[in-house]
Amino acid sequence: MVKLKKYNGFLKLFVIFLTLFSISSCGTKNYNLTKIEGKQLPVTEKASETPEIESFIKPYRDHINQDLDNVLAFCPETLDKSTGKWQTSIGSLLADVCLQRGNTVFKAREKKDIDLCLLNHGGIRAILPKGNVTTRTAFEIMPFENNLVVLALKGEQIKDIAAYIIKEKKPQPLSGMTFTITKQNTAKDIQIQGKPLDINKTYYVATNDYLANGGDSMNFFAKSTEKFDLNYKLRNVLIDYFKEVDTVLAPKNIRISEE
Amino acid sequence: MKRREFIEKTAASTVLLSLGLSLSSFETNDIKHLTILHTNDVHSHIDPFPADDPRNPNKGGVSRRAALIETIRKENPNLLLLDAGDIFQGTPYFNYYGGELEFKLMSMMKYDASTIGNHDFDNGLDGLYAQLPHASFDFINSNYDFKNTIMDGHVKPYKIFNKNGIKVGVFGVGIELAGLVDKKLYLETVYNDPVEVAQDMTKLLKHEQKCDLVVCLSHIGYNYKDDADKISDLKFAAQTQDIDLIIGGHTHTFLDKPTIVKNKAGKDVLVNQVGCYGINLGRIDFYFDKDKAHTNQSASIVV
Repeated sequence: MVKLKKYNGFLKLFVIFLTLFSISSCGTKNYNLTKIEGKQLPVTEKASETPEIESFIKPYRDHINQDLDNVLAFCPETLDKSTGKWQTSIGSLLADVCLQRGNTVFKAREKKDIDLCLLNHGGIRAILPKGNVTTRTAFEIMPFENNLVVLALKGEQIKDIAAYIIKEKKPQPLSGMTFTITKQNTAKDIQIQGKPLDINKTYYVATNDYLANGGDSMNFFAKSTEKFDLNYKLRNVLIDYFKEVDTVLAPKNIRISEE
Repeated sequence: MKRREFIEKTAASTVLLSLGLSLSSFETNDIKHLTILHTNDVHSHIDPFPADDPRNPNKGGVSRRAALIETIRKENPNLLLLDAGDIFQGTPYFNYYGGELEFKLMSMMKYDASTIGNHDFDNGLDGLYAQLPHASFDFINSNYDFKNTIMDGHVKPYKIFNKNGIKVGVFGVGIELAGLVDKKLYLETVYNDPVEVAQDMTKLLKHEQKCDLVVCLSHIGYNYKDDADKISDLKFAAQTQDIDLIIGGHTHTFLDKPTIVKNKAGKDVLVNQVGCYGINLGRIDFYFDKDKAHTNQSASIVV
């Protein structure tokens, strides 16, 4: 009985203590932020490695390297996007391959033919070096996850494509279309698949989804009347082409000429 | 008996009262140090750049970053490690493993949280969802509504970290997805206005939850000179209040030092971003005390 009473008293005291303690901590509840220091630490070779992390990455790295270094084809000469004023061999190759391989999908799915292919010079991210062509080569040339899309454009927008190329002064990868740049910097003799441009016709243009969505100010693509996503990555188009051929043959024909 | 009880109580109370006082006065001199380390836009750069890389020779690498983080952890275990999004996409590691290795390594480095960048949608919501089991850290975003997607319930609008008595409230804002990310990748994810969402978040974190520090993980981009209407970290910082630090991403901005911006209430906010590809690690140190004299003073910022 007595013990219980004492215990009771202690409990009361404990409550008082808690109350006091909480009051005292309430008074200075929040911490005051007094000083902030900010800096940037470079991650360089001076930093040591972490063996545990290194050994964890290794099997992943080895597997990827093995796969990426798989030889798919042979390239007899280096193809570089910086050699050529209005067309480059690597650009023409990419546009040709996209048109051909895209067409097999498009034909099967839509029962239509792709008329031309336009890509962007900036989208070619590396050279195609002389020698063995590997999966890594395809990853280096096309690191992005862009898909091949086909857009239905009227003849008027095909004229816009020619005007865009002339204005940008870059060898944009082009396939299925030829034209001549006049001295007045306009396009003449525009031909699609070897036939003169028909302003009233609908043409099916292959490109990548980045450009189709307005990338690189290719605004003519926004005027398309229909859009087909082939769900075929440009990089896979390239890998499939390399797998198919033994030797990479760079197209040398002139697509855009000057008067 | 009653009298004796009274005396007992009073005596004990006095002891406890003085004990309470001494405790609170001890806290006055109590200085707390919190370190926040951060990355953004690492883009699957797990290996360092090769020595012959024309732009970033020998820079970056997860193994080295891990060592750097571990050194700082030993110096101050009171640490938060955060990422501002775009963990995915940029090297074959992502193409081959879909982000598995990125998440596993971040978990090994003991990341506390990350927000979601536009490229984290690159394998679709399914692709992101599939990698979640490999992440031991939380995903924090407050302005994407994932309610009608598979990600529902897997992204926290905010999280409060209690670091050695310091309450740190972290929320996150992401960039508008329409026009940037293919709709078939983000599906029914709804983008809400970052500034409006920040008002709710700061009210909750600073005023209701009484956080000592409020941090925003942002993937909206540092600044858009050519697009005055587009929300960016600099504009976001100026249009909000009760945020102490904005850790940014998306624009791959390399800053010489963190930027100090005046917020809506005229107080300083720190905005930082450390470029991309794990080339740099951001470090912000916060010092706190309970000295009443400092209550209404703003912190001195050394950058």
